[in-house]
Amino acid sequence: MRAKDLRDVPLADALKPADDDPVVIPEQRARIDAIIAEHSAKPGATMVILNEIQAQIGHLSKPMQNYIAEKLRVPLKDIFGVITFYSFFTMKPRGKHRVAFCLGTACYVSGAEMLIEKTQQILDVKLGDTTPDRKFTIEACRCIGACSQAPAILIDDNVHGRLTPDKMTSVLRKYEKV
Amino acid sequence: MPDQFYRSHILLCTDPECLAKGAQDIEDALVRALDAHGLRDEVDILETSRLGHCHTGPEIVVYPEGVSYINLTPDAITEIVSEHLLKGRIVQKYQFTAEVRKDEELRAPAAKEMRIIMARCGVIDPENIEDYIADEGYAALGKVMSEMSPRNVIDEILKSNLRGRGGAGFPAGRKWEFAANQKSETKFVICNADEGDPGAFMNRRLLEGDPHAVLEGMIIAGYAIGAHQGYIYCRAEYPIAVRTIRIAIRQARELSLLGKDIMGTGFDFDVELRIGAGAFVCGEETALMASIEGKRGEPRPRPPFPAVSGLWGKPTIINNVETLANIPNIIRRGADWFQTIGNEKNKGTKTFTLAGDVVRTGLIEVPLGITLGEVVFDVAGGIKDGRKFKAIQTGGPMGGCIPEQFLETPIDYENLGALGSIMGSGGLVVMDDTTCMVDIARFFMDFTQDESCGKCVPCRIGTRRILEILEKICKGDGEEGDIERLESLSKFIVAGSLCGLGQGAPNPVLTTIKYFRDEYEAHIREKKCAAKVCKGLISYRILDTCTGCMVCSRNCPSHAITGEKKQVHILNDDLCERCGICLTVCKFDAIVVE
Repeated sequence: MRAKDLRDVPLADALKPADDDPVVIPEQRARIDAIIAEHSAKPGATMVILNEIQAQIGHLSKPMQNYIAEKLRVPLKDIFGVITFYSFFTMKPRGKHRVAFCLGTACYVSGAEMLIEKTQQILDVKLGDTTPDRKFTIEACRCIGACSQAPAILIDDNVHGRLTPDKMTSVLRKYEKV
Repeated sequence: MPDQFYRSHILLCTDPECLAKGAQDIEDALVRALDAHGLRDEVDILETSRLGHCHTGPEIVVYPEGVSYINLTPDAITEIVSEHLLKGRIVQKYQFTAEVRKDEELRAPAAKEMRIIMARCGVIDPENIEDYIADEGYAALGKVMSEMSPRNVIDEILKSNLRGRGGAGFPAGRKWEFAANQKSETKFVICNADEGDPGAFMNRRLLEGDPHAVLEGMIIAGYAIGAHQGYIYCRAEYPIAVRTIRIAIRQARELSLLGKDIMGTGFDFDVELRIGAGAFVCGEETALMASIEGKRGEPRPRPPFPAVSGLWGKPTIINNVETLANIPNIIRRGADWFQTIGNEKNKGTKTFTLAGDVVRTGLIEVPLGITLGEVVFDVAGGIKDGRKFKAIQTGGPMGGCIPEQFLETPIDYENLGALGSIMGSGGLVVMDDTTCMVDIARFFMDFTQDESCGKCVPCRIGTRRILEILEKICKGDGEEGDIERLESLSKFIVAGSLCGLGQGAPNPVLTTIKYFRDEYEAHIREKKCAAKVCKGLISYRILDTCTGCMVCSRNCPSHAITGEKKQVHILNDDLCERCGICLTVCKFDAIVVE
């Protein structure tokens, strides 16, 4: 099938945007357009653009990927391939606060697993998931370089170090209100 | 404001570790206190990274006296401002040492340490290019541009015998020579700042503390090989480093040290920052180039080497942050000076991050060839809590665990390789006798199997199989023959993988089997974990000394502990997840692991 005929192929269900998808919200769509326009001339721009959209919008849904692929005139599989390869990209909307547990060597041996266990209990979600109220997303992350503070966690951009399971409730409470 | 002169300068450490301990509150308190005394125009506050005592942070250093204050609180700041800065009296109770710390001491904090690459970190303002220039910054570039030909530069680097600090130790000068000999209009210089080893943060500190040294190294490299475009590939986990690099690039462009017609010589060279997205394998050079090209970060076979066909098929050199930061020093002070540091085949200093069970953790810079024992006991102050040294892990997740009998081994590329480990980028993790070596091997395997990009089947599936066997052993289901299976699997993975990740992935398993085989055998035959770590081989018990305070039962996530107030509690072994939370919350040491 020639490229121009592809337009007649109906869009797969997974690529149809839901009502709250960023590509149908005019303001967010404008931001995506602006990011693409700013960077698309650079060689190897795909990663730069995806990084920027992920940072500003918070996730990269499948309809967004389709939209970006069309704009950049690259196959959708190239975009999807990059997004699934790198752990920073996510296809699901995230919670307001990202709680990332450092699983570097020093944190691991100082009991990072206990912190995770306790947090799962407090928030009643599993590692990698978002609370139903979209307040918190909890996940494991690679070494954040705060090894002498082990075990340490990253909430948004703040490092909390020397944690114990019983300190978790009060640490999380600070963010719950914000 | 470069025209402004200040009576005093305060350096405030805003390293993530100090921020975690409230460095931001300290800065706010400083501003408040200075305002209160009307000193805001006389005292300058500089945010720097790592002043040297992150385990005792937050920390400030007040110049010109060079007094270092540690363990600070906002109240302490109020006192320091009103006493020291207003009245000129040093507040001894917050001071690091009773004596005033001199500049030289700041530059080499512990015995046997040497500060060359890290000399400026924490001393200059990383966000002000003039601080760097005032400390002989860009002097090497000036020398290169005014009196050296590209060939001279390569000869000097070759003569210095500088080896790549990213891990493999390939001579930097030879890499440059290969690329310089390629006939191509377009060539590239890449700075590899994708420092992904857990527990390693040397490059982060360098970029946060002295970004211009890396830029200067890149420009010199570009001049030497005839490239006009450079890329810094920095991992996304380092937001502060990303900020300092951006500022450094902008400031260098403003002063015509980057961009068109550098220093009026007609030489063009520009640098662009590219940010990763959380893939460990992108630290591998061919994967890194794929990532810059905007693709999945998968490695490819070599040859052709990047120096021949690299980024977008053009000759490319890829050097680690630390390698590039060495360049200005070598050019300025000469290859002969560089030759005086280190041992026979390994010249210069190397930065390491020390983590684990030692008294002083953190970043160190030592001459290559220093022994492992000197690092553990002299530089790091020995093992914490008076425990016994068990092993030191070098080279990150692709490195090996080295036991006590090899503590006299010099740290260099050849000697670590001979022990089955690697130099790697410079992460050192020291383990005491509470560490289970099978569990450590399992931990590193969990990391590598997760980060395997999936391109080479032996690495993708083999690491997974190794992890499964190790998990089985840790659970207490290990069988005879498992150790041999691990060894043969490891052999295939090493032989069948394209890049350093797969080739190095079995190192932690192979070295722990080689040096701690008895632990594997105890796990498999006697179902015992001597270090009491492996969950399947231990159980928790509550002693009669339990006071019935109920803290453990409230904190137990699996509700395995029951009991009435003021009565000895009971632990249900079937429900117990062995998470160890009860052990940490018990104030009466009434819970034991068996």
